[in-house]
Amino acid sequence: MHGPIATHRRATGIPTGRLAVWWLLASEIFIFGGLVTCFLLFKLNGSPGFEDAALTSVTAGAINTFVLLTSSLSIVLAHAAIENGDRVKTFRYIWYTIGGGLIFLGIKTYEYTGKIVHGHVITENLFWSFYYTMTGLHALHVIGGMVIMALISFDIRKGYNFQRVELIGIYWHFVDLVWIFLFPLLYIANF
Amino acid sequence: MSQATAAVKKDSQAEHHEELSFLYKYILPVDHKIIGMQYIFTGLIMAIIGGYFSYAFRMQLAFPGEVVPLYGLVGPGEYNMLITNHGTIMIFWVAMPVLIAGFGNYLIPLMIGCDDMVFPRLNRLSYQIFLVSALVLIASFFVTGGGFGGAWTSYPPLSSNAEYSLTDWGASLWILAVALEFVSFLLGGINFITTTMNARAPGMKMMDIPIAVWFIVIAVILFMASVGPLIAGAVMLFMDQRLGTSFFLPSGGGDPLLWQHLFWFFGHPEVYVVLLPTMGIVADVITVFSRKKLFGYRTVLYTAFATGGLSFVVWAHHQFIAGIDPRVANVFVVTTVLISIPLAEMMFSYIATLYGGSIELKTPMLWALGFLAAFLIGGVTGIYLGASALDIYFHDSYFVLAHFHYTFFPITIIGMFAALTFWFPKMFGRMMNETLGKIHFWGTFIPFNCIFLPLFFLGLAGQNRRVYNFQLYPDLATQDLQNIRIFATLSLVVMLIFQLVFIYNFFVSMFKGEKAPNNPWNANTLEWSIPSPPPHGNFKTLPTVYRGAYEYSVPGRELDYWPQNEAPK
Amino acid sequence: MSDAHTHPNYIKIWYWLLVLLAISVVGPMFEIPALTIITAFGIAIVKSYLVAAYFMHLKFEKAIIWFLLTLSIILLGVFFFGTAPDLMMTEGDQWIDCIADKSCVEQRL
Repeated sequence: MHGPIATHRRATGIPTGRLAVWWLLASEIFIFGGLVTCFLLFKLNGSPGFEDAALTSVTAGAINTFVLLTSSLSIVLAHAAIENGDRVKTFRYIWYTIGGGLIFLGIKTYEYTGKIVHGHVITENLFWSFYYTMTGLHALHVIGGMVIMALISFDIRKGYNFQRVELIGIYWHFVDLVWIFLFPLLYIANF
Repeated sequence: MSQATAAVKKDSQAEHHEELSFLYKYILPVDHKIIGMQYIFTGLIMAIIGGYFSYAFRMQLAFPGEVVPLYGLVGPGEYNMLITNHGTIMIFWVAMPVLIAGFGNYLIPLMIGCDDMVFPRLNRLSYQIFLVSALVLIASFFVTGGGFGGAWTSYPPLSSNAEYSLTDWGASLWILAVALEFVSFLLGGINFITTTMNARAPGMKMMDIPIAVWFIVIAVILFMASVGPLIAGAVMLFMDQRLGTSFFLPSGGGDPLLWQHLFWFFGHPEVYVVLLPTMGIVADVITVFSRKKLFGYRTVLYTAFATGGLSFVVWAHHQFIAGIDPRVANVFVVTTVLISIPLAEMMFSYIATLYGGSIELKTPMLWALGFLAAFLIGGVTGIYLGASALDIYFHDSYFVLAHFHYTFFPITIIGMFAALTFWFPKMFGRMMNETLGKIHFWGTFIPFNCIFLPLFFLGLAGQNRRVYNFQLYPDLATQDLQNIRIFATLSLVVMLIFQLVFIYNFFVSMFKGEKAPNNPWNANTLEWSIPSPPPHGNFKTLPTVYRGAYEYSVPGRELDYWPQNEAPK
Repeated sequence: MSDAHTHPNYIKIWYWLLVLLAISVVGPMFEIPALTIITAFGIAIVKSYLVAAYFMHLKFEKAIIWFLLTLSIILLGVFFFGTAPDLMMTEGDQWIDCIADKSCVEQRL
């Protein structure tokens, strides 16, 4: 127990940290939602260039979805483990999740390289501008989540800030959720 | 709770706060009061820069082509840079930090009765990001090509292509500064909302929260809900500038109207984001100085909710002549006129609070009344602009300019002075000089009207905004119109000179003023129940709240006020 | 965590998510546009519901969080429908592509 008394009060019945994470995610919904809305406005209007969605690799996207879903599972298992007080298991599950993030970024890098080599750079047309902006912003969130997770994992090993496992978990699931929508938008739907 | 208190008492930082070094107390503080003051002082310094810019470009308009004293010659590009950054600074680096972040930080924990924000270090981080954003903006004035000159709305393609704006890095640094500022307020806002939701003193129900806190929190929620798309838009605009994408360029398949929608989807709620804190502060000031219960606490609150909700569906009234779909314009006319209803209702509630009260015209009360009067003019003139047909004539004229200065000046400057003079005793433990305060009020309020009332007429005469030199337009170059411009400019100079009175009063009172008692205004809210200035950790023991914030002149009580934390007999 | 709730079977949810992922990948292979949209976005919504409700424990969260999230989605909808008429219906009567055919440029000169 440290910090001001205020941090430990919970007039709403929701712990302060979790409440703040939900508000953070609400604001993130607007940022990603704003981008997706702009993307949809152009796409549904039949703007030229959006047929390039056929050129993105569904396999790579699907593997990445699988990786993120699985990492979501491991972080939620970390949360379950810390509730049982199993610090070693929690530590291991957090690092599985970070590993998932690394695989995701690896596949992403491979995809980016392939596209750039074939001349599909960010300035080619609107589709690729959106593709790199959306996946890039998402990748930044993945990287940020991984860094925070690594920091938390050492806290867990030392034996404090257990509640943070749940908080980073909620954030990580949100990153997963964003990908769940980016995947059909950028990879599958070529209509 | 007692357990929690006991646990915290063991904590070294909470107990031995006086041992904090200067560095950790004032430069890297976690105390919400110091952070609040950091925001306020940074905002005031930025206000001086913004005011200085307005002086330079008003002088250019009144005496075109002449050397402006204390500035120098204002060239056309420089004029654009001055008006752009005047607008940007006044809204993003003065109104937001002072009213929301500054007073929000200072007041929320004190008014809801807790010892600090729920995330003190996040709070510090958000100030530091804000400071960086201010420095980035200031740096943008000094890069090659000068500061950004594409107006504070920064419409592409003017803002997205360096060959049009002629400010290659100025434009990019501007958008970077604005984006950083948004991030800072998002972090700060999360802190405010969570604090108010979770850390209220025991016994403080939703309807016992002072209106000032309510309104700051509603404003923050509006901000969070509207700024996201613009952050995405800022990223897109930045990529347009630096990477050569064409999100907003028709030549590459993009659409410049998209930026306008993204901007105004944020930009219009933003008006209410800065309005609501001032409205809340004014509610607290007028109840204290008319010794009456706030008329219709719940009504005031619900009108704020209605305003907030409606503020999300009025944004396109800024774009009536931007080539938007006329059918959409119809819808937005209706919503725009609708939003004046809750605000008018709020205004009536305030006037009804004044009615029959024993009004004491202390300096904060003068500012609060000045706010109501001036904002009324701003609100009423807005109704003309909300009608899409009339807006074709008025759009981007000085009528619009005068209208929004009649809203933003009362909100930002008058509201800020109302709050500063009201809470000064609490912040610094000293009273401000009343006489100097009143001189400053009249010296600001009268010239303010002299500046902006004439501009309505200039606008009606067809004078467009953002024009560097009206002598180039024969219809606008007549001596009659020029006299009005000179009058407005001289009024501005008078107003700026009177600010010296405030600065003198502020600093002299801070160190030499009369010592302030705990509760100089006999107010009810919790911050007045503790010493001025409040110690680190605010309350010795967490207060318990028994009643609402506005129990003034309750029949059958000896005292005409009833502090929220006074236990019933 | 004092607010105890029984844990859902996370592995089972994960299985379901993988099944849905498979459907969303297979769906577009039939190359029927309507089917593509349903499998791509319908499944995305179901998947996100599963993740949000069970992994993020939204199912056990207070109503205010639901309210908050729903509100943000609604506001995005407001933004979309306010902007859509301008960005998607640009084929009005008075629009002549001057730059492309140079006709009206000369006219105005």
